[in-house]
Amino acid sequence: MTVVRLDLRHLISGDRQANRVVPPSGVTAHLTIFAAAAMAFLAVFAMAMSLAAGRLAARWGDELAQSSTIRVVAPADQIAAQTQAALGILETTAGVAFARALDEAEQRALLAPWFGAELDLQALPVPQLIEMIEEDEGFDAAGLRLRLAAEVPGAFLDDHSRWRAPLVEAAGRLRLLGWISALLLGASVAAIVTLAARAALAANAQVISVLRLVGATDRYIAQAFIRRFSLRAFGGATIGVLCAMIAVAILPGASEAAGLLTGLSFQGWHWVLPLFIPPLCALVAFLATGVAARRTLGKLT
Amino acid sequence: MIELKNVAYSYGGGALLSDISLTLAAGSFYFLTGPSGAGKTTLLKLCYGALQPTAGDVLLFGEDVAGLARDGIAALRRRVGVVHQDCQFLDHLSVAENIALPLDVSGRASAAADGDLNELMAWVGLTQRAEALPPELSGGERQRAALARAVIMSPDVVLADEPTGNVDWEMSQRLLRLLVELNRMGKTVLIATHDLSLIRAAKTQVQARVLRISNRQVQLAGADL
Repeated sequence: MTVVRLDLRHLISGDRQANRVVPPSGVTAHLTIFAAAAMAFLAVFAMAMSLAAGRLAARWGDELAQSSTIRVVAPADQIAAQTQAALGILETTAGVAFARALDEAEQRALLAPWFGAELDLQALPVPQLIEMIEEDEGFDAAGLRLRLAAEVPGAFLDDHSRWRAPLVEAAGRLRLLGWISALLLGASVAAIVTLAARAALAANAQVISVLRLVGATDRYIAQAFIRRFSLRAFGGATIGVLCAMIAVAILPGASEAAGLLTGLSFQGWHWVLPLFIPPLCALVAFLATGVAARRTLGKLT
Repeated sequence: MIELKNVAYSYGGGALLSDISLTLAAGSFYFLTGPSGAGKTTLLKLCYGALQPTAGDVLLFGEDVAGLARDGIAALRRRVGVVHQDCQFLDHLSVAENIALPLDVSGRASAAADGDLNELMAWVGLTQRAEALPPELSGGERQRAALARAVIMSPDVVLADEPTGNVDWEMSQRLLRLLVELNRMGKTVLIATHDLSLIRAAKTQVQARVLRISNRQVQLAGADL
């Protein structure tokens, strides 16, 4: 740990000479920077997806858990009476905090996306909807169904849980997938940097043997490579993250019309999270190059 | 300085050197000679820790090489200057930077060291070539640059492996004079060479002892060759 801390300090302060002993390399450098940028770009989207999926799961969980709907389907002349009867039952049902029948305007708004705004509800046998909010401890759905069936034959209880549960689960899985993707991207950065560092170490075998001959320690030699690759990973990741954040920022925002989609964009303090990717990328490169360098140098005299 | 106790070295199956006991005294001048493939380079490598003996002990400045970690060997290289026949440099750095490299890797670069560097460059006659890149140098210039790099840390011992192998007679005389001067400054010098005329030339300038490798052993050759 001490070694890592010392190396980190050196890394940041920098040693111009140590940096110069390794000849500059054109193509490898650009490829490493490009790979880091691409990985960081993708990581930002994986992160955005995870956070959006998390919000979605939380919203569906919270909002829908407490509400249920009762549909009253009856001939037009009985519908008002049956609605009153159902409301009467709900008032006496333990665990129901609040119940009210939707008025005509609300029902029309619900149907508007399918039938258009000019719909005359009177002309259609539309069921009356009753919205109910349950108390925290919930109510006995099976009991309520039996009572409704006995007293208001046209009323059906829909407690949302049937379609809500798989959606919440799917959102949770989506979030998990997002984080796994982010982890895999980090591992890919490590793999790419390791390969590039090994190639660089192999290509500079003569440089390393000269340095050993004149008394350079392994740490001095490794430093030159570690610093180079860490800075490349950091630079590349910074470019990738900035591009991705701009791309996320200009995504169409969440709106009422989008309904279930909350939008992929970051919200509030979540905008800070992608900024952790470049330092993390540099750390991964630092460790990967360190391991590769120590392994290669250990084999030399 | 450098002490070998019953040292043996074998590559794969065959023994190259066996049961060698040798002490290099401080301030003395040695030649190491013998036919090609006799193990001159191997013996030199044993002397600066590039190889570990397969049997016996090598003591450098009183320390057992086998007990040294890699950083210990690196520290030791700062006290032993090494010149190879085909000396290698960092080809992207100038001659001056290459000669100063041991100072940089040991963190001893300073303004005072820069003064030493200029003096050293003048001593080996490379002042005009300071900004040249190593691939642009002639064979003799490369050898002199390597010698300057080997002595910039003011080592106690200078080991040279066929330093005159790639240069003409005049240049080899010049290199020899530089090595003799180093010896007069108190440094132990060990030169591996198969060039007997070089040894004869040296004997007129310095009291040189000749070690000969034959039959896997090192013998101190007599005063006469």
